[in-house]
Formats: sequence, structure tokens, C-alpha cells
Amino acid sequence: MTANRYRCRLHQAAHERRLEMHPLTWWLRDDGERVGLDEYVAKDGYAVVRQVLGYQRPDEVIETLKAANIRGRGGGGFSAGVKWGLTLKGEDMPRGYLVCNADEMEPGTFKDRLLLEQAPHLLLEGMILGGYANDSCFGYIFLRGEYVTAARAITRAIEEARAAGWLGRDIAGSGFDFDIALHTGAGRYICGEETALINSLEGQRANPRAKPPFPGQSGAWGKPTVVNNVETLCNVPAVLRFGAEWYQGLSGERSGDGGTKLYGVSGKAHRTGLWELPIGTTAGELLDRAGGMRDGRSLKAWLPGGGSTGFLLPEHLDLALDFDTIGKTGSRLGTGLITLVADDQSMVALVRNLEKFFARESCGWCTPCRDGLPWTVKLLRALERGEGRPGDIELLEELAEDQGPGKTFCAHAPGAAMPLASAIEYFRDEFERGIARPGKDDVVPDGPLSTSEA
Amino acid sequence: MATIQVDGRSYEVDGKDNLLQACLTLGFDLPYFCWHPALGSVGACRQCAVKQYRDADDTQGALVMACMVPAADGSRISIEDEQAREFRASVIEWLMVHHPHDCPVCEEGGHCHLQDMTVMTGHSRRRYRFRKRTHRNQYLGPFIAHEMNRCITCYRCVRFYRDYAGGEDLGAFGANDNVYFGRHREGVLENEFSGNLTEVCPTGVFTDRTHSERYTRKWDLQFAPSVCHQCSVGCNISPGERYGDIRRIENRYHGEVNRFFLCDRGRFGYGYVNRDDRPRRPEWHGETEETVTLDVDEALDRGADALREARRVIGIGSPRASLESNDQLRELVGQANFSTGIAEREQVCLTRMRRLNRDAGLPTPTLRDVESHDAILVLGEDLIQSAARLGLSVRQAVLARRERLAEARGIPAWNAEAVMTLAQDARHPLFVAYPTATGLDDVADRCLRQAPDDIARLGFAVAHAIDVKAPAVEGIDESTKATAEHIAETLLAAKRPLVISGGSLESTAIIEASGNIARALATRGRRGGLMLVRREANSTGVELLGSRPLEWALDELTRGAADAVVVLENDLHQRLPSGRVERALSAARTVIVLDHQRTSIWERADLGLPAASFAEGDGTLVSLEGRAQRFFQVFEPRYHRPETRIHQGWRWLQALRASLKRRAVPDVTLDAVTRDCARHHPALAGIVEASPSADQRVSGLKLARQPHRYSGRTAMRAHLDVSEPRPPQDPDTPFTFSMEGYYGFDRPRREVPFAWAPGWNSPQAWNKFTDEVGGHLRGGDPGVRLLEPTEDIGDYVNEIPPPFTSGVGEWQVVVLPRLFGGEETSSRATPIMARAAAVRLHLSEEDARRLEAEEGDTLVVETSLTRLSLPLRVDTTLPSGLVGVPAGLEAALVTGDRAWLSLAPEGEEEPP
Ligand SMILES: Cc1cc2nc3c(=O)[nH]c(=O)nc-3n(C[C@H](O)[C@H](O)[C@H](O)COP(=O)(O)O)c2cc1C
Ligand code: SF4
Ligand code: SF4
Ligand code: SF4
Ligand code: FES
Repeated sequence: MTANRYRCRLHQAAHERRLEMHPLTWWLRDDGERVGLDEYVAKDGYAVVRQVLGYQRPDEVIETLKAANIRGRGGGGFSAGVKWGLTLKGEDMPRGYLVCNADEMEPGTFKDRLLLEQAPHLLLEGMILGGYANDSCFGYIFLRGEYVTAARAITRAIEEARAAGWLGRDIAGSGFDFDIALHTGAGRYICGEETALINSLEGQRANPRAKPPFPGQSGAWGKPTVVNNVETLCNVPAVLRFGAEWYQGLSGERSGDGGTKLYGVSGKAHRTGLWELPIGTTAGELLDRAGGMRDGRSLKAWLPGGGSTGFLLPEHLDLALDFDTIGKTGSRLGTGLITLVADDQSMVALVRNLEKFFARESCGWCTPCRDGLPWTVKLLRALERGEGRPGDIELLEELAEDQGPGKTFCAHAPGAAMPLASAIEYFRDEFERGIARPGKDDVVPDGPLSTSEA
Repeated sequence: MATIQVDGRSYEVDGKDNLLQACLTLGFDLPYFCWHPALGSVGACRQCAVKQYRDADDTQGALVMACMVPAADGSRISIEDEQAREFRASVIEWLMVHHPHDCPVCEEGGHCHLQDMTVMTGHSRRRYRFRKRTHRNQYLGPFIAHEMNRCITCYRCVRFYRDYAGGEDLGAFGANDNVYFGRHREGVLENEFSGNLTEVCPTGVFTDRTHSERYTRKWDLQFAPSVCHQCSVGCNISPGERYGDIRRIENRYHGEVNRFFLCDRGRFGYGYVNRDDRPRRPEWHGETEETVTLDVDEALDRGADALREARRVIGIGSPRASLESNDQLRELVGQANFSTGIAEREQVCLTRMRRLNRDAGLPTPTLRDVESHDAILVLGEDLIQSAARLGLSVRQAVLARRERLAEARGIPAWNAEAVMTLAQDARHPLFVAYPTATGLDDVADRCLRQAPDDIARLGFAVAHAIDVKAPAVEGIDESTKATAEHIAETLLAAKRPLVISGGSLESTAIIEASGNIARALATRGRRGGLMLVRREANSTGVELLGSRPLEWALDELTRGAADAVVVLENDLHQRLPSGRVERALSAARTVIVLDHQRTSIWERADLGLPAASFAEGDGTLVSLEGRAQRFFQVFEPRYHRPETRIHQGWRWLQALRASLKRRAVPDVTLDAVTRDCARHHPALAGIVEASPSADQRVSGLKLARQPHRYSGRTAMRAHLDVSEPRPPQDPDTPFTFSMEGYYGFDRPRREVPFAWAPGWNSPQAWNKFTDEVGGHLRGGDPGVRLLEPTEDIGDYVNEIPPPFTSGVGEWQVVVLPRLFGGEETSSRATPIMARAAAVRLHLSEEDARRLEAEEGDTLVVETSLTRLSLPLRVDTTLPSGLVGVPAGLEAALVTGDRAWLSLAPEGEEEPP
């Protein structure tokens, strides 16, 4: 496994996948190579573009999307159809933009990468359909800078699609003009937040924007803008091909939500990687597919969907991994890629590591996040070293509370607060062990922390 | 209007505001940082959190940022809610994590918004026990000191500097808790409004470097309501004094003029008041070359004797002196012997402008009102250089298009970032016609770089395009015609078109062209404005006195028709060629000079009388808007320097008149001389009302010049006299030279020496004095307007000059106003000298090539009157045939003069 040949692994072989059951990954090859234009078209790719553009009105497309209720796979779970419906368009409105959020930097998350590297045309097809539905004049793919293989795949795919007339003027004779450009990010987690992403795309500092107005009212360059996650957009062609009912039916009884989800597992499991499964699959099933914990470890806790979601316990393993079910536990589904924590891992160290990431990735716009997170990190480090003081845990709880939704300018800090608050809730004793015993701790920790550490 | 409920009580508020504005207007003490009345909301600091409830049944509520939520009808909020209070205290605690807590050595201390907010939220104990992040500071030039460790990352500085003032060399760098506000590298801040950073920044990151040298806390400064003397805009200022020196100038809020901001010339140009070489006692410069300093009586006697012996005395007034002083000089010498002290070419322009203010059919907007015009044509002014604060208002007018577009899409004007996002680079149209690049070009629709005569022709063509009855321009080329038509259409299409012109290029043709445009717009029923820029603080006022120009006075002396002259606060060498001035002064037997500066005229006077600067005197000025405004004495110079014999010009002149008549010197007061002036000049009748008279009392009290915490009074004169004297009395104004007197905010008053309210020590305290945040002073904005248009629109003027052609081997001079270095008094302040750019001759690329000269080469410029060598600056925007000369350099170089240029012979040095 050399660095450049590393692939996020999908643990379902081609022969196990069917288009009607695996609308996202059916297209993929077993050798993990990019599906080129010829292969994609041979598999009937772009057929939906031909079928929809000029034959269905944009508002009909949006109605289908609304009925299918594809919930945003970027982690927010907001219905793509509803978002598109709210995006301003029409006679007196300038044509706006469709932006694909491919900044995937959520800790423990590597699902978009699979699609970007191996099925770029599926994404382009979804974007063309999205652009058509929203009357967008142009599409951007905002790609995480480190995804160089994906950048190559997308660049190639855009060239191929343009040459074949799937992008550009008068696509498939429909009269609809649309093109797509790739924008590679410079490596900031906050660029995944849709409004910071837009600022960054415009060449501004990557600070989020105030909402309202939402991007659909005033987004990139002040024009109505749709931002959707890669996985969300990749669902669109199949929904328009097979219909909303089919999509809703994919999850069967498992979930109120429809469709499949690209789930994944990381941590100390036998087999880490990805599976496309009906939404509502349980974490327990995922753990089974991953072959259980390795090295004789047992499961202590798990994150349902990335570093910015709250920890859950083994007792939550049989909950359906969908937005509402996980939401009810106080955590979030997030990206749906679970991270396993083994019994020998320190929660304090793990949370400190996560918070260090979030503190570093804070954009620096609002006070609770900018100045609260580094403080959190320093407190956690003190606990980790056994230099904590009485009151530190309460202070951490207070900080986490003050980074909650509505108190900060964007959802970054609430995301950062989730693993912290839940870790303290479930594993308070581990934190308490970090408080120095009276008598030996009345000194300010020496070996001061450098700024880069916080 | 909207009704909102705050902590259970209902209030009427402006529904267009956000909740923070509404609460502050209602008088609640709700802390905030990133919001600023002029900059709007961005929701960054999270300090203004309040609890909002959905309806009467909602007992839970949710925290919201008051600055980001509209004050919609029916809103229910709580400021006092426990959770909201705790959250606000936490925000301060986070902001304080890295803050150095260096208040004792911080120059913001005592007028610091961060201190105020910290006290207001009750955060008093530090729980953070780890190491603080530190930054390195930068050298930012002579005006602003930088101490980044104090930064609380509210983003106000960059929002003011970049978004409001159009500066580019200040930015936010970095991310997370390591955001840096500074330049990309050390160096002088380029923007002309950088000084406002000291007030915009809520903490001590950007402080006034000119103050730093001899620092005093705000509570230890003595203030008076004053008016900036550094140009004709008439910004209101609060100068602060300690130990007989002005220590800093603060913005004094005026709801119609400067509001929150000053320019850097006005803020940092006060140093001339503190110069060591200032004349402080009367001086007699005898034949013997020896200078004798005199006491007042002696000086008056000698002065009176000299004047008595004279056959005829000429009085030369000054556009930088008060109306009262000018009028008293006129009283002394008689109307027939009085000159305004303004060069003829400038005075002609002033007179034309005054007439146009009355009969061009369009009113002069206030600066605030400038901001609500939606199409602007500037003819012949580089506003950022000639009337800087007005230029800043024009910028806002142009940018205001964004707010209109946003409003149409339901985005409130205060939602600053959203407004900018939606509207992108949408601008109201601005056209600027000027010989070279101007400070507003970056927001202009079209910049027309033309010679003065061509600017006038363009203006006349615009007028004709608006109304065919306006005279047509003969022989106009097609492209100029098309441009003129485009401008005309744009102005006509606007709801409120504004024409701005002025005397900078000393061209009556340009002024009349702007007048024709105004008349044409008025004739076509447009509700527009006409703004005419004058040069000095009282140019408008002195012109209203109606007298002869300086040349006349000099000629009377030179030809022997008069043998004595009294010059009031006027360095004549700055106005007319030195030879001419010298000839006249040499011809006079007696030269008496009143001034607060040791000018070249002072040095050669027989008798010099030390006049008060704005800091030691009171009087009335008329701004370009026609607003008569009173400035008040800040301190009594004798209190700290008992040997001083400085008096207001008008007081000297009154006394001199009495001495001349061998009468006892009467006890005159400001009110009396103001009334006299108003009585003598019907056009100035209104000035009495410009501000309250000396007998004004609030709650039965005079008004305090010193904050109530003023310290050290009993000790500060101890080195002179162990017994503390009674504070100086002030018969001229309603203010005391003491902390005794009214200083509160709750009784409306018009003239506020310093803004302070309980809990509000910073400039943010002004919000307590206004009827709504960013509105008008509750006691009324100071001043009276004197120049309103009459019903009758005057006839079109047909003085269209022929097009400019450059003669072979010949250039036309254009004198280019400069904010720094182009004005007589501020140029004597060290920081302004340091900030002034090196003087250069501007020449087009083509002309430089023709002369085979390169950037930096020394060129000789010769006119019929003078010869000067200066290094070359190749100016790619200047039309060929013109040579640009910086203002304030040589009075003998006048716009429109013919000049000959050549490369300086090897070895010829440029003058110092
Ligand atoms: C700090 C932060 C980081 C985010 N990063 C990503 C990301 O990398 N990819 C993504 O699709 N959405 C990310 N989001 C969510 C986006 O803001 C946005 O909700 C999403 O792109 C919308 O697409 P969807 O509705 O299709 O999920 C992030 C949100 C926050 C607050
Ligand atoms: S919560 Fe505030 S500081 Fe943190 S990333 Fe969002 S806007 Fe930036
Ligand atoms: S320097 Fe001052 S104005 Fe700028 S962000 Fe820091 S505290 Fe705010
Ligand atoms: S614009 Fe003029 S009046 Fe205003 S501060 Fe500047 S110099 Fe003074
Ligand atoms: S003032 Fe409201 S968030 Fe800063």
C-alpha cells in the first residue's frame, strides 16, 4: 500500500452490486480505476441527462427530488429537493451557480473521495441535472487540495464530457448551456462549510457568511447558489431515472429516509473501508461487515459520522444509522462513516487530538470558537498530563455548552463541542483521573504550549 | 415603526434597525464590539447576545445576536436573562484570554471600549491559566502606533479601512486564534483616514502616535467643542489639552457633517499649536534688528501710536481666521481699507461659488445628505486631497447602491457582509473629471483626465445635454459630446443627482459649468444638489464679508496710497509671489501682524501680536456647506505659561481700536463681537444662532471642559506657585475651565466638549448623545446654514473656454492640492511633514519622453514669475501639455500659467 496507490476500499465487488440497489457504486470497477467516459456511457451513463434536459421542466425535476427526499450527505441532512426549491430562479433573477462540495476534510471521512476518484462522470451527470433544475449558469467542484488523484480524475472527466458535448453550449440539443470548473482548495476544514467555501471560491478569506441570506438567495458572487455534497449529487441521476418512489423504497423498513448511504468504518476493526448500504443500516451490521474489532480489542465507543459528531456507546450499535434516529441520541449522523474507539484508547487523548484539529481549523471569525477551542485544548492537555485542576472538567463542560448551536457564527464550533461534551458525559471518570491530587498541583504547568499546539 | 418587548416592557423602535441598534437607541447598556453604527453588523464577536422568545408562550427562548436580528414588530427579547448575561460575560472572558491586561501602560486606557464592556459584563476574574499568544507589532508611519497583542479580533479595523474608506494596505492575516491585523509588511498606512482606526478599534491596538509622545489619559484632558481649521469641510472636533498643549484631536460627533470620522490632516495636523517657536508675547522688531518682547499695554500703545501716525491703514484679513477677528479688523481699518487677504483669482472663484449656492436652483447638501445621492459628477476636484471628509462621504454615496439592491431583496442595510456579497461591485455612478488620477477613481464609473479648460467644456456640454437652453459648446469633438450626453442621461435618470466642483483649479469656467449643470437639473425638476469646495476653513465666511482681494491691498501699499498695514493670521507669501508681497510690505511704514505662527510675515513685522490659534480662542467659521459653526477655546494659555500674552485676534483688534481712540480697553466678549459681525453683514445675520451664548446653563450649571475625574489640578502648577490659583474664568462661552459644571448626557445640549456617559468612556459614548444610534445629537447638531438657494434660478452662463491645446515646447501649470503638505498651518506639524510625500513635478509619459527625462531626474520649470527645479514624477494619467505642481510649494506658480521645462543642468540640486 504505497501512498499514491492507496485507495479507499469499497468492500463490495462488482458482481455483488446492482444499479437498482447500488446507485452510487454500481458504476465502479473492481480494479479501482477511474470509470472513463466510454465506459460510463457504455453503462448507460448520461442517459438521464438526455432523458431530462428539454423533456422535463426544471420545476418537475425539483418536484421529483423533493419527493425522493435525498437528505444532504454532507452531514446536514437537509433535503436537496427542498434546497433546490428555495433557490431563487426565474425571469428577473440572474442565473447562479451550482457548487459541489468536495472538500471532504471531516476526520474519519473518506466517502466522497471514492466517488470522485472512480466515478467522476456520475458526479458531473448529477451536477448537470442540478444545474438544469436550478437554472445555474456554471458549476464548480470545490475539491480538497490533498485529493490529487481525484483532481486528475475530475479534470480528465470534465475534458471528456466537454469534448462529447455533455458540457458546454446546448447540452444534448436541449438548449441548456452549462459548464463545470474544478477548484482545488488550499487545505482548510472550514472551506467545507458551504458559505466559507463560497468565500474561498471567490478568493476571499474563508470565513463563513451570515445566514440569512442563504446561498440560494445570495451565494457565490451574490448570485443564487446551490451547494451540495458529492454523494448527494451522485444520487440525482438514479432518482431521476427510477423515480422518487424507487428511491424511497431502497431503505425498506429500516428508515424513514430513502436511498442508500455510502457507509464506512475506521478505527481498530478488521476491515476498514466503505459499503454502499440502504440508509438505516445499523452500526452493528457495519461492525460485522468490518469483521469486528481487531487485536482482541473490544469496542468502547464510536463516532457515528466524523469528528464533529457525538460519541455513542456499544449499546447504541443497533440503532439505524439515519439522520433522525442518531439525532435523537444527542449525536448526529454526520457523514455516516463510523469511527471505532477501542477499550485501550484514552478518551482524553482522543478528544484532545480532535479538539486540537478543530481549534487549528477554526476560521477565527467568532469569539467562542476562536478563543474557546484553544483553551479547551490546553485544558485537555493538562488533564492528559495529570495536571488538571479541580473545576477543569466543569470548565470544559461550560466551554462546550457555550459553543453550542446559535452561539457561534457557524456550525464548526458546535461540531467541535459534540465529541467533547459526549466524551465527558460518558467517560467522566477518565477525565477525573487527569485532575492532579491536592498538594502536588499548585504550580502552573511549565513547558508552556506553543501556539502551534493550540 | 415596530413595537418590541424588552424584558417585559414594550417599546416603539425603528423596525428597519436590528435589535442591538434598537436597544442602544432605547438607552439600554447592551455590550457589543464588532457592530459599529457606520459599519453595520457582521455577527463576529458574539458579545451582543440576548434571549429571544418566539411568542408569549415561549418561556425557553434562545440566544441570538442582537446585531444580526431585525427589530421586527412583535419581537420579544430579554437583555437581563441569566443565560444571556452569563454568555456575554463568557465572551469577554474569551476575548481576554490573550489580551495582555496592560491597561496601566496602554494608551487606550480610560477611553477604551474593551474596558467599558468588561466592566459592564462583570467579568473580573481570569480563569485561563495558560500561556498567551503574542504578536509582533509593525511600524505604520507617523500617525498610528500598533500593539497587536491587545487585539480582540473584532474585524472592525479592516472593515473600516478597506470596506468603508477604500484602503488596501491593511488586512487580516492568518486564522484560528492567530489572526493578525496589519500591513503585508511594515510601512506607512496609505489611506487618508487611517486615524479613525484609533477610534474604530475598540481596544489599544491602533493608537494615536502623535499623542503618544506626551501622553495623557482622557480623563485628564481638557476639551472644548471645536471645529477643524484644516480645510473648508468644517468637521467637528474635540481637541484635548494638558499643560497648555494640545495632546490629541478626537472626533466630535456631528449628525450632519463628519459623524464618526475625520481625515488624517484634521486629526494629526494640530502640531502647529504646540510649536516651541510660536509667538507667545507681543514682539517689536525695531530698526535695530533687535527683537523686544512687550507686555500687552505697551504693545497696544506702540501699535496705536504707529497707526495714529499713519496716513491710511490697510487691513488684510484671512480665510483661516474667524469671522469675528476679520470683522474686528474691518472695524479697525474701515470697510474701505479692508481686504479679505485672499488672492484675486481665488476670491473670484469664491464669489462665483457663493452666487451659485444661491441662484443655481439646487441646495448644498450636508455631508450626511451627500451620502443619499445616487449619481455624482465631480468637476475639477480631487476630493480626497482638497476636502477629504467630503470625499469619504462621496465614496459612501457611491457604495450605497449596494444597500438599495440588498433592500430590494429583503437584506437589511445593516447586514454589512450580506449587502456586499449580494451587490458585489455595484456602484452608483460617479464621474470624475480632473487633470490626473484622484482618490475616488477606484469607485468611479468614468475618470476623465483633462486640462482645466477641457473639464469646463465637458461640464458645459453636460449642461447643454440636460437642457438645450443651456449654451452649447462650439467645436466639441464627438467623443466628448458622447461622454457629456452619457453623463447627462445618468444624472437625469438619478433620483438625486449631485454636482461637485470647487476652486481647486481656480477656474471660474469649471465653476460656472457646474452651475449650468445645476441650473439645468433644477430646470428639469430634479431634486439634486450642488456642492462647491472651498480651500480654507473660513473661505466661505470671509468671502461673505465682501471685500477686496489681497492684490488690491498690496497695490495700495506699493503705490503709496496707504502706509500702514495690519495683517491678520495670514502668511501672504503663501498666496502671492514673494516679490510682490515684499514690495508692498517694504513700502509700508508700519506693518502689524497678528498670528499664532512665526511666519515670514511675522518676522518682518514692526509689531507682532500673538493671536490665539483655534485651541486658545473662540470664533465662528463658515464651512463649504455654508454652515456657520462656532469653535470654542480649549484652554487658557496663561494658566500654564503665565508669561504668555496670547489673545484671540478679535480681542487684540478690539483693544487696538480702543487704544487708537485713546479709550480704555473694554471688556468685550465673544457674544458681543459675534453680534457685531452679524449686525454689520446681513448675509451673516444667522451666525448668532450658530451656538448657544455664554449665558447658557444646563440644570443651572455652566458646562465642564474637564471630565469629572480630572486629576492633579492642585498640583499641576505647583512648580510655579504653591498656592493653586482660581481656575481661569471664561466670560465668552458657557464652558468652565474646570471639572465643575454639567457633563452628563441626559440633558440634550448642542455643544459637547467630550462625550462621556456612565459606563461609556470610549468614543462609543456618542451613542448616548444621539436621538438614535448614528442619528442626530439630541440637543440638535451644531451650526446654522447661511447659504440656501433662492426661488429664482439665475441665467445660464456662457463663458465656455476654447479647448486646451499645448503649445510647442510650452506647458500649462496645474497646481494639485495635497492633503498633507498643501495647507498652511498643518504643514507646520511634524507628523504631517513626515507624512507628506516628496514633492515632484508631474509630467505625462509622452512629455517626459520628449524631454528625454526619466523618473527622478531633476527638471527646471520656469514661468514668467519664477523658476524652480524639482524631481520628475512620470504621471501616466496626466494629459500631455500639463505640468502638475504640488500645492503649498510656491505661490508664484498658478494653475493656468504658461511654463517652460527643461532638464536641469548637471549638478543643479533640487531645493531642500
Ligand atoms: C465546519 C464544517 C465543515 C463542513 N465540511 C463539509 C465537507 O467537507 N463536505 C460537505 O459536503 N459538507 C461539509 N459541511 C456541510 C456544508 O456546510 C453543507 O451543509 C453541505 O455541503 C451541503 O450539502 P448537502 O446538503 O448536499 O449535504 C461542513 C459544515 C461545517 C460546519
Ligand atoms: S464557529 Fe466561528 S470561528 Fe469557528 S469556524 Fe465558524 S465562524 Fe469561524
Ligand atoms: S485591531 Fe482593533 S479593530 Fe482590528 S480586529 Fe483587533 S481589536 Fe478589532
Ligand atoms: S476634512 Fe477638512 S475639516 Fe474635516 S478633518 Fe479633514 S481637514 Fe479637518
Ligand atoms: S456586536 Fe453583535 S456579534 Fe458583535
